[in-house]
Amino acid sequence: MVLRLHYNLEKMSVGLVVGIIVAASIGGIVEIAPLFTIDGTADVPADMRPQTPLELAGREIYMREGCYACHSQMIRTLADEIDRYGPYSVTSESVFDHPMLWGSKRTGPDLARLGEKYSDDWHVLHLLNPRDVVPDSIMPAYPWLMSPLDTRDIGPEMAVLATLGVPYTDEQIANAATDAAAQARPDSSIADGFADRWGDRPALRAFDGDADEVTEMDALVAYLQSLGTLTDVAWQNPAEEEGE
Amino acid sequence: MSSGDTSMTTDVTDPRELEGADPHTGERGDDPLLEHGQEIDPVTGHITTGHDWNGIKELNTPFPKIALWALIISVVYSVITWVLLPAWPLGSTYTKGLLGVDQTTDADAEHARLVDLRAHWREGFASDDFAALADDADVMALALPEMRRLYADNCAACHGAEGQGRTGHGVGGAQGAGFPALNDDEWLWYSEPEDIADVIRVGINSDHPDTYFAEMPAFGRDGMLERSDIDLLVPWVAGLSAGTSDPDSEAAGIFADTCAACHGDGGTGGLESGAPSLVDAEWIYGGSEQAIRATIWNGRSGHMPAWEDRLSDEERNMLALYVAGLSQAGAQ
Ligand code: HEC
Ligand code: HEC
Ligand code: HEC
Repeated sequence: MVLRLHYNLEKMSVGLVVGIIVAASIGGIVEIAPLFTIDGTADVPADMRPQTPLELAGREIYMREGCYACHSQMIRTLADEIDRYGPYSVTSESVFDHPMLWGSKRTGPDLARLGEKYSDDWHVLHLLNPRDVVPDSIMPAYPWLMSPLDTRDIGPEMAVLATLGVPYTDEQIANAATDAAAQARPDSSIADGFADRWGDRPALRAFDGDADEVTEMDALVAYLQSLGTLTDVAWQNPAEEEGE
Repeated sequence: MSSGDTSMTTDVTDPRELEGADPHTGERGDDPLLEHGQEIDPVTGHITTGHDWNGIKELNTPFPKIALWALIISVVYSVITWVLLPAWPLGSTYTKGLLGVDQTTDADAEHARLVDLRAHWREGFASDDFAALADDADVMALALPEMRRLYADNCAACHGAEGQGRTGHGVGGAQGAGFPALNDDEWLWYSEPEDIADVIRVGINSDHPDTYFAEMPAFGRDGMLERSDIDLLVPWVAGLSAGTSDPDSEAAGIFADTCAACHGDGGTGGLESGAPSLVDAEWIYGGSEQAIRATIWNGRSGHMPAWEDRLSDEERNMLALYVAGLSQAGAQ
């Protein structure tokens, strides 16, 4: 009976088109409809801070260099991952990530909670030549990261992110390039306004060990050191507290 | 298919109304789509649609039964799973399913089970009685794989897979960072596991409020020593480990006045002040004259991260025992 319905439908072009549209839209609606309410599914955690201009620039470099091709930033809901990395990642940890960098390929370790695990010195050595610190490493070397950081695009990028809901103020956007440099040059005169605009949570350091020049290395290390430190929301999962 | 085609097909009736098959096609008589007047393709034995496009006819092969059943079974299967498992999005929530399956609670439960499984030996490591733990061969045998894993995950990147450390190099030649060996019997700070556990907890020069603090002053850059004094000291310090440095030289005098307070008389270290022995063959930043000059000129202050937040008490105590054991293994 069903077959005959189909057989006859095939002979009525309008009917067939309507049928195709109906069938395809069921699949489409199931996938698209949840996006309309996506803002309601992930809350912004109360202790969440957005990334600073320098960290944001580092994030761009992370994407440019394709680090996500080997590193995920998501601790999966598996017992052994919880054991190794800590509580599994929750959506609200990445509410400000556009695009998110969860990744799915893990040639290297997960980096979701990397921040402050290693020293800046270690990161610099490791990125310049991973085999200097991990003799068996198959991670590529990134020697060009010691080149000066181009800060011109950070402000406009923050403006775009602001339209997507990242709470950057106009003042933060206007001072993006200065603050990017200030975060890596803590002793310079430009560092004064940084704390006013960004509070005392972001670390101000010469991430690459050289406080005179702001390099791509500064940005990338600042970004890596911020991973997992922006919010503690994953630890607020009550089931987890007794586990660890 | 255009409507023109439709008009070409004649005689469409419900196949179930047919009274049996065409006598020429006996075995195909149960085909629900076979209609009177339809043609059988002589090569394949299938009916055709009856259309004729310049002599070419289209087969009307019936939908294979096996695929039909696969379709029916998968529809039934999906209906069952929709009921049992999380399935349909409903705005900001979703249908949760009768089985109450949820990956997050599953993972937490499974992790709790893992914790329980290890509890009988792991809980012992919450105590500070390291001597008793180290003597308990059964517990140590169970704990060793876990200690190795913890070390590999957290410490090996800096201190080396065997605790051999890594002498400074990299950025700017002699400027590079160094990571001390843990498998020798020389300690910057302490050799007892309970003290090592504390070093691991708060780190050295870390951002932990109780961090250990160790700084080799920048004698040259900050003008605390004349360049000529440093010129004397550099080869003298470099010769210490080979025993070629004269203990009565002028350099020895400068060392006694300026350096021994931290590095010990003759640079033997062991003052638990964070300053290393300079007489052994192990170097954090390098034993070449160039590296030693860089150390004395610019100063050094290595950063050992604090592990209080990342690792539990038990995990840090396990590591402390493991690290203390590395040096015993290395010394043998
Ligand atoms: C070809 C794959 C590959 C690429 C691309 C890659 N990595 Fe890695 N990464 C690895 C592997 C393998 C390791 C483990 C060995 C090691 O520590 O070097 C690793 C380790 C790391 C670690 C140490 C993590 C830990 O917890 O020990 C960091 C940090 C890191 N990578 C950052 C980066 C960054 C930043 C980039 C991009 C600039 C990058 N990686 C690109 C493969 C890769
Ligand atoms: C980012 C690199 C890094 C990592 C990771 C690291 N350490 Fe260290 N560690 C250091 C440095 C650097 C020092 C020496 C600090 C100094 O120079 O004053 C040190 C010192 C130590 C000391 C004191 C050594 C002595 O001679 O007194 C111990 C013990 C130690 N680390 C254990 C560990 C353990 C255990 C882990 C893993 C949980 C670990 N470290 C991870 C860099 C690191
Ligand atoms: C205030 C205490 C202090 C004084 C004084 C001091 N040092 Fe140091 N020195 C340290 C510390 C702490 C370290 C380890 C730094 C680190 O690893 O972070 C160190 C490291 C060194 C190293 C590097 C050792 C290695 O393994 O690479 C050398 C060489 C050295 N000191 C030489 C000297 C000389 C020569 C003097 C005298 C001019 C001197 N120190 C005076 C505290 C001191």
